[in-house]
Amino acid sequence: MLLEIKNLHVRVEEREILKGINLSIRVGEVHAIMGPNGSGKSTLASVLAGRDGYIVTKGEVFFNGKNLLELSPEDRAREGVFLAFQYPVEIPGVSNTNLLKTALNEIRKYRGEEQLDTLEFLKMVKERMTYVEMPQNLLSRSVNEGFSGGEKKRNEIFQMAVLEPKLGILDETDSGLDIDALRVVAGGVNRLRNKENSFIVVTHYQRLLNYIVPDFVHVLSDGRIIKSGDKDLAFELEEKGYDWVTENESEFAAR
Amino acid sequence: MEKFQEVKTWYINRFESFERGLNGESKKPIHKFRKQAAGKIPELSFPTIRDEEWRYTDVSPVLVHKFDLYSISSTSDIIKKQIEPFLFNNSEYITLVFVNGIFNAGLSNIPAVTENVLVMSLKEAFEKHQSIVENYIGKNTAADSGIFSEMNSAFLSDGAFILIRKNTVVEQPIHILYLSSTESEIIIQPRNLIILEDNTRASIIENYETILHSLYFTNAVTEVTLGKNANLNHVRIQNESTKAFHISLSETAIDSSSVYTYYNLDFGGKLARNNFNAKFVGQDAECNLNGLYLLNDGQTIDNHTMIDHKHPRCRSNELYKGVLSGKSRAVFNGKVMVRKDSQKTNAFQSNKNILLSNNAIVDTKPQLEIFADDVKCSHGATIGQLDEEALFYLRSRGFSLEQARRTLVSAFAENVVENISHKAVLDYLEQIIQEKLRNENPLSESTVLE
Repeated sequence: MLLEIKNLHVRVEEREILKGINLSIRVGEVHAIMGPNGSGKSTLASVLAGRDGYIVTKGEVFFNGKNLLELSPEDRAREGVFLAFQYPVEIPGVSNTNLLKTALNEIRKYRGEEQLDTLEFLKMVKERMTYVEMPQNLLSRSVNEGFSGGEKKRNEIFQMAVLEPKLGILDETDSGLDIDALRVVAGGVNRLRNKENSFIVVTHYQRLLNYIVPDFVHVLSDGRIIKSGDKDLAFELEEKGYDWVTENESEFAAR
Repeated sequence: MEKFQEVKTWYINRFESFERGLNGESKKPIHKFRKQAAGKIPELSFPTIRDEEWRYTDVSPVLVHKFDLYSISSTSDIIKKQIEPFLFNNSEYITLVFVNGIFNAGLSNIPAVTENVLVMSLKEAFEKHQSIVENYIGKNTAADSGIFSEMNSAFLSDGAFILIRKNTVVEQPIHILYLSSTESEIIIQPRNLIILEDNTRASIIENYETILHSLYFTNAVTEVTLGKNANLNHVRIQNESTKAFHISLSETAIDSSSVYTYYNLDFGGKLARNNFNAKFVGQDAECNLNGLYLLNDGQTIDNHTMIDHKHPRCRSNELYKGVLSGKSRAVFNGKVMVRKDSQKTNAFQSNKNILLSNNAIVDTKPQLEIFADDVKCSHGATIGQLDEEALFYLRSRGFSLEQARRTLVSAFAENVVENISHKAVLDYLEQIIQEKLRNENPLSESTVLE
């Protein structure tokens, strides 16, 4: 098991957002987390990456057998967790190349691997840029500074392609993307997808899942997973709306 | 009796012995300039925090010491190897080296350029270009420039003299290196005279460094005069001993269509105060003022700037950035004056600070005074901590907290200097910045503030 979330309760300030999440992800699987606004999807993504301000009140998360919640955000990244941000941060004065080089070398150091030499690194970076059709000039520019919405999301997937995480968490990567950009971003994810890595795709819409076809779909509502299924569940949701599952929640829970 | 009477008397007495030591020098016309300044000192007072211009910076730590004049007989034998770390590239740069304020020809590198480019010690200029020196010295300093400036004038002895005659482009950057190397408590009072005539271009790096990291007092004055259509890039690096005091006055006059780009970079000093004054004396000119101060525990830096728009269609861009850690303190007081006849002025001013510790203090006072009606002006100041979201973003990519902080601070600071076109200077500055951020480990002790 790559990721095991057991009865996870999380609160932000005084409000309880996650109310007992159970989720197991094996190596090589893609899980989509869907749900209405405010259901706790992004909270789940943030908690897994270690963002400040989220208080775990109950439950456990294991990543590769390690207690994930005890690790700092950087150690989670070094263990192989990658969060593609819903709102990627602009960092003036830090170039994309510098960010990736430092990040990659930190990760390699943690794993006891050799530092990558500059030539090897640049060669790899240039190859990975093609995954999301990243223009070369974005490499030397400051991280996300002045990037369009689409460029920012592409940059997230590009970073993921370079850092090669075991678990990629895509937090509403489709939000704000037009259909062409969506296709490019999804194409990048598909290219990365293999038997050795896993993904959590957090999304409000089924649209993205036409391109990144999940093995499992979970519906999150009011801090709980109320329904799980295969990719067809996403179609059903698209057709019938979230009301359909939330109304049947009691029935579902009873079964 | 005034508060600092005793130390004032000390310096008045030092002047008397200084004057005696001048021998024949005191017969020369330039000595009238010294006498005039010395004559004002008894009537002037050292500033206290009751003076508006010194409200936030108490100079009494400077005044409890009785700094002595440096005597050439005790010249420390600095060798070439010791100054190498402070040089950029000996062959490409014209370099003037001063040790404890006194010109050292052996360490300097002044290749014969053309007769249109005069670079020498001020002392040499007293002999060779007496009338030019007399014409320009004290020309830009205000009559009420204060006791420290008058002291500098009274004790006038050496400094850099640079004159670029009209229609000349100087390709080689000119590096003025002031190196302190002293075990006794001395006062060093450099005077720099920089003149660019019409249609000229030059780059000057004015650099204050230390070898022995001891306690001393630098009291410097730099006068810059730009003719019409002149272009000067002027980088000033203050990297004195952190036990030392540094007070400086920069007075610049900018004539029509000229561009003056100034970098005011402070890293050293226990207490440093820079007064920077630029005035436009013609129209369509530009002044770019870039400031950076990086302070570690125990340091104080006070920057007072004044840009005086007296003529139409001039532009000024001022950006000062500061990073403070430990128990340190910064003052920024930036004045932009837009006078009645300076229509179509563009004036922008900004001061941004990052506090890395709970014990650091910034007092910032951007001031804009506008008396013309058709102008574009803005000013602002920020004081903040590192961006939490950016820190998390970097950590989520594998950066340690320490590394994420350092990365953000470096980016914030290096932004000020990134447009310096001389690679060697830029590399040198990046090295100082990185070292400064590493020293005393200011980042690891601090907490991210809520």
